Amino acid sequence: MSDNPKDNPKDPWARFRSATRARIALGRSGDALPTKALLEFQLAHARARDAVHSAVDFDRLAADLSPLETIRVHSAASDRPTYLRRPDLGRRLDPDSAAGLPAGEWDLLFVIADGLSAAAVQVNAAPLVHACLARLGHLRIGPVVLAGQARVALGDEVASAMGARLVALLVGERPGLSAADSLGAYLTWDPKPGRADSERNCISNIHAGGLSIQTAADKLCWLATEAARLKLTGVALKEDAPSLAGPDNEKNQRIGNS
Amino acid sequence: MAGYHCDLGRQRHRFDDLKAVMACASPRRSGDELAGIAADSDERRVAARMVLADLPLKVFLSEALVAYETDEVTRLIIDRHDADAFRPVAHMTVGQFRDWLLSYDADTAALGALAPGLTPEMVAAASKLMRNHDLVCVAAKCSVVTRFRTTVGLPGRLSSRLQPNHPTDDPTGIAASTLDGLLYGIGDAVIGINPATDNVPACIALLEMLDAVRTRFDIPVQSCVLAHVTTTMQAMERGAPVDLVFQSIAGTEKANAGFGVTLSLLAEAQDAAKSLKRGTIGDNVMYFETGQGSALSADAHFGVDQQTVEARAYAVARAFDPLLVNTVVGFIGPEYLYDAKQITRAGLEDHFCAKLLGVPMGCDVCYTNHAEADQDDMDVLMTMLATAGVNFLIAVPGADDVMLNYQSLSYHDVLGLRHLLKRPPAPEFEAWLDKAGWLDEQRRLPPWPDQSLVVSALLGSAA
Repeated sequence: MSDNPKDNPKDPWARFRSATRARIALGRSGDALPTKALLEFQLAHARARDAVHSAVDFDRLAADLSPLETIRVHSAASDRPTYLRRPDLGRRLDPDSAAGLPAGEWDLLFVIADGLSAAAVQVNAAPLVHACLARLGHLRIGPVVLAGQARVALGDEVASAMGARLVALLVGERPGLSAADSLGAYLTWDPKPGRADSERNCISNIHAGGLSIQTAADKLCWLATEAARLKLTGVALKEDAPSLAGPDNEKNQRIGNS
Repeated sequence: MAGYHCDLGRQRHRFDDLKAVMACASPRRSGDELAGIAADSDERRVAARMVLADLPLKVFLSEALVAYETDEVTRLIIDRHDADAFRPVAHMTVGQFRDWLLSYDADTAALGALAPGLTPEMVAAASKLMRNHDLVCVAAKCSVVTRFRTTVGLPGRLSSRLQPNHPTDDPTGIAASTLDGLLYGIGDAVIGINPATDNVPACIALLEMLDAVRTRFDIPVQSCVLAHVTTTMQAMERGAPVDLVFQSIAGTEKANAGFGVTLSLLAEAQDAAKSLKRGTIGDNVMYFETGQGSALSADAHFGVDQQTVEARAYAVARAFDPLLVNTVVGFIGPEYLYDAKQITRAGLEDHFCAKLLGVPMGCDVCYTNHAEADQDDMDVLMTMLATAGVNFLIAVPGADDVMLNYQSLSYHDVLGLRHLLKRPPAPEFEAWLDKAGWLDEQRRLPPWPDQSLVVSALLGSAA
């Protein structure tokens, strides 16, 4: 067998490989994985774990967002192990952060939460915000809030305290082996603590190998405009384009959680 | 209520009720801590086990952990309890029951006859007094055999679900993963797809594709698209080739409502699938998935620990004579099972409890990237479960599910276990492998080169 089956015109798997990212036709060492496939898997898993456990460099993110004003907040989860064990704490602000939020009146607020992938936030969040601002110049948009150890629902508390009618929360998605830097965007009208997931619209899989920044910005801005017109988000707000609901937010019937 | 207590030296450990005893007796896990019901010290955990060990087994028949009046799962458990079957152990405490389960008296026949007399709470209680190895040894004595086109769960065999998921349900992509798996002898329990999109036309398209693969190669397998039960029922109404009806289930009425199901809906689906008469050697037509933490995540646990609520889901499962049931043990995330130690323990508990209740249990040996676990840990759990006689294991290409974004077992893993432990697949499927000339002289399934007749016959004639 060739070391590079993709280059082998006689590779009977060639047309199948182009149809899936699945790790098919890996070969066998006895009954086990060949060394090359073993190490490739370990590399992908290592990157996914690093994405979960490394911290977002919020200074660099703030610089990437300039000239936009930014505000730093932290959830009630003090560190990563607490964040992973206590989803309830990741959805609430710590008291100091809550006390420091300036009240205002905004059409839209961006909140960037580290979520489960520092890499996703570091690479994709600032370009997405800039791309959206270029499309939404007519709206009053508040300072960008940067939230550490934060989950999706944290955006509700932040936006409600800051007087925003609509919040776009960008969050690092749980990394898979094929993409460790995938960003999700959740849009919530009239945000306040206690909003259900069914009251949000989600755009997921935003990364270089998935939904591009520009396409994601188009979708997000279309949804934001419609949300303001209809004064709602969630299951009642459907995108006309058929492809908004990707696999990550139509997570079939499997037992699990977001 | 008087509650329960245990005196250890100068310390008196008090427990308000039976639920608290059960929760505190559970091995430590993040889900019970999240729910605020876990023991707050290791000593208290053992104190609860000492209380539990001295409780009569029949206390669980008189003291419901979830109210009978408001929960149809509790009513199912109590109303269908077989007092005659229970009689051999009716006089025992939980501790004595544990000792008996481990004794030579509790053989395969005795355990099989006892199953209808046991409730989920009883087996959950016994599991809390067991070490991991105890859970393996008792489960290994249980035999739960089911049939559709293959026979799953026979002693000395290891079946597998082939899970060819694809992020956009691309037919060629799914075919690729399916054909790859067949070359490892995977799929004798089921070829089962988690669809990316849960709607009726998409579900029918996948069912027809899998049925075409099955008939083209004349493989004795059953297929399943793991859509919501209502989607599958509509697919059946439209004449789709539905072998098995899938549904995720949980251990309380409220948690099942979160999945959009009731017991009567499941009964309706079972009747519809049985009426199709597609099984050649049996009519076990249901496939269920379960997992610790699902009730808590739906805020439907009623203060009951996650392992006990999980066992209650098996009472739901056994009411519908399923072909397959599996726990998705590490899938649900670290807020319920934090690390490999907790995942391993939960996988063994789930298998033990289900088998004692007469449920044909398999397992998705798996983890997510935010849990403290890796493939080395899965090696341990898969080997323990295989020695415990697990009915089937789930496998995906290279252990990487590219649709659900988590890691399960690879095709390699299951094949390696079969060869290591001398546990071939279901007999009908093994006969098919044999007839196709895929087995070597030691009845192993060897690696066939890409240019071999085996591979080119399989790939060349695929759509």
